[in-house]
Amino acid sequence: MVETEETLSPVCDLPAPMKEYIIHFAQVHETFRKPELESLATLFNIEYKLLYYSDKTAFARIALKSNVDARKLISRSILTKDIYELWGSGYTYESLHADIRKRTSHLWHLYKDPSFKFLFKSFNGNRPESDKRKLIESFSYLGFDGPIRMKNPEELFVVMEDYEARSIEDPSRFAALNLDFEEIAATPSCNPTHLPEPHQLYLGRLIGTSNRDAIEVYDLKKRNYIGTTSMDAELSLVTANMALVSTGKLAYDPFVGTGSFAVACAHFGGVTFGSDIDGRMIRGNRPGKDLRSNFEQYGIMDRYGDMFVSDLTNSPLGRFGSQEGERSEQIFDAIICDPPYGVREGLKVLGSRDPLRPKVPIMKDGVAQHTLKDFIPPKRPYSFDKMLDDIMNFSSTHLVPGGRLCIWLPTADEDTHEFSIPTHKNLKLESVCIQNFNKWARRLLTYTRTSDDHSESITGEKLESGTTLDIGSAEEKFSRTADALNPFRRKYFEGFKTPPSEEP
Amino acid sequence: MKLLTANFLSCAVKACKSSPLSFPLHFKDAELASKSVPYNPVLLSNLLPRLDWPALVTSSKELGFALPDSKPDVARISTPSAASSPSDGDDTAMSMGATDEDEKTLRMLHKVLMETEVVEGKMVCGSCGFEYGIHQTVANFLLPSHLGTLSYHDRLRDTGLRYFAEDSRTCEFKI
Repeated sequence: MVETEETLSPVCDLPAPMKEYIIHFAQVHETFRKPELESLATLFNIEYKLLYYSDKTAFARIALKSNVDARKLISRSILTKDIYELWGSGYTYESLHADIRKRTSHLWHLYKDPSFKFLFKSFNGNRPESDKRKLIESFSYLGFDGPIRMKNPEELFVVMEDYEARSIEDPSRFAALNLDFEEIAATPSCNPTHLPEPHQLYLGRLIGTSNRDAIEVYDLKKRNYIGTTSMDAELSLVTANMALVSTGKLAYDPFVGTGSFAVACAHFGGVTFGSDIDGRMIRGNRPGKDLRSNFEQYGIMDRYGDMFVSDLTNSPLGRFGSQEGERSEQIFDAIICDPPYGVREGLKVLGSRDPLRPKVPIMKDGVAQHTLKDFIPPKRPYSFDKMLDDIMNFSSTHLVPGGRLCIWLPTADEDTHEFSIPTHKNLKLESVCIQNFNKWARRLLTYTRTSDDHSESITGEKLESGTTLDIGSAEEKFSRTADALNPFRRKYFEGFKTPPSEEP
Repeated sequence: MKLLTANFLSCAVKACKSSPLSFPLHFKDAELASKSVPYNPVLLSNLLPRLDWPALVTSSKELGFALPDSKPDVARISTPSAASSPSDGDDTAMSMGATDEDEKTLRMLHKVLMETEVVEGKMVCGSCGFEYGIHQTVANFLLPSHLGTLSYHDRLRDTGLRYFAEDSRTCEFKI
């Protein structure tokens, strides 16, 4: 690949060192794409400016300082595919060619000799191979004399086509695209819901590719040890990106389960720790099928920190500096969790169900029961909201300044008034991403630990209009059923039905 | 349980959170295993500043390792790909920039922190004497009810709220 940092013809509103690039996104988990990119820019300390982005299309335009930055930014991204140096853009091939001539004619001599290849990437549409070949030939004025190589060319040029949906109703938009609505309606197209001709075209030179192939590597279907609630590989890796996990950073999952997040964090070089209230999840059910075996399978044992059995409300994490003699709780660069929703597994925390039980060891046959090897401490049901409180406080305590908390929360989407984004004085909300299922959704909330300290804990912030759920309501304390303690669980078993009174 | 992890843990009992004696927890009846793990100097040099050295020396001694009294000074190693996903087992490329002395220190740290594990045994609090069991390398920090969640229980008692025992079976519900 020809290494040149030579600037293209300046784009009007860009400061001098910035260059335009095209990012080709995967058209999945759209609300996660921008936050992932932002996180990676923060991680690598890359200056960028998003010039055009829409959840509806796979192509975004971004300004960056150099090809090095571009390559780095995308190198561990999961939700993008590639990044290209922008050679030209246009609504039609005519305007695309004109733009290419204007921007890049001074660069053409650099690509005269290297081997190259042209490729099409179409979004929401396609055209026959013969048409593509004809269109590629229309770029012959670039004067590339090098051999055309289908495998591993030195330079890859990609023509990107974006087809707009037929459903656009804005006449001025049609006019801008130079289209006649009547004619469009009558023209057949390979994708019946979209226009027969692309409304946006780009030519780009490949600069870097993403880490999207990791999804295949960490595919749950091929993983040695998984459980019923294991997070899929793609979203685990995205979460690790959002948490800014990198080589030698310390990451922790307090609900580690079968270790989906732990493995994802380790993939990006983090030393990963995890704990669970249920040691059986960590140890596995039979030899060779345990959390550790996943790390062995992927060859990432050098990043396996430790797994232990612990409860968020009585955590052993924290230490006394041997020199200063002062207690320090700030340990982790990242805390990632998908707390139990209480649907499959039921929420538990240590403690007796009976609050009036005397605080003395339970003795049986003259032996304190808790000293026995097979002792299982009593657990009591736990309110989801109380657990959120605990996670936020725990993260505020145990994250280093600048460290990140990524937490997944389920919501029955219809009743938005029951979901409030938890807030904490020491945790700054970075992004909210939503994964929609049919009747419910889950959200990934990302927070950064601030460097100043406030001792105050949680306040509820309303997500949308409606009343915030009163976390400490007397009703919650009185009721002890799993459903009463967990509104999401109740909705789940009610089939996410709307109460009759609210139906139209 | 690794020495690395033990460097971040103290007693889970609330009353011990104010006692420096609760850190580090002391190993007892430890059964060790050493497993070969890929050497990752970049990771180690990033970890080093985070370690509490005197505590590590104490814990190491309990398991029969001798470490120097003061924290070794190793320059941060960074590779061009340091922050991207590291290439596995590429020792030569990753060690570039480290001197022989650094290399020796890092190899020793690698052995103690990453390759040595307590498979079975106990960790004992120097303050309250509570013993946490380690079984199949997994330490158990769950507390019996007379030690754990004191504050929450006390709060409930203060408000005079009562729970109803008959609901308990509903809570065990699983699908």
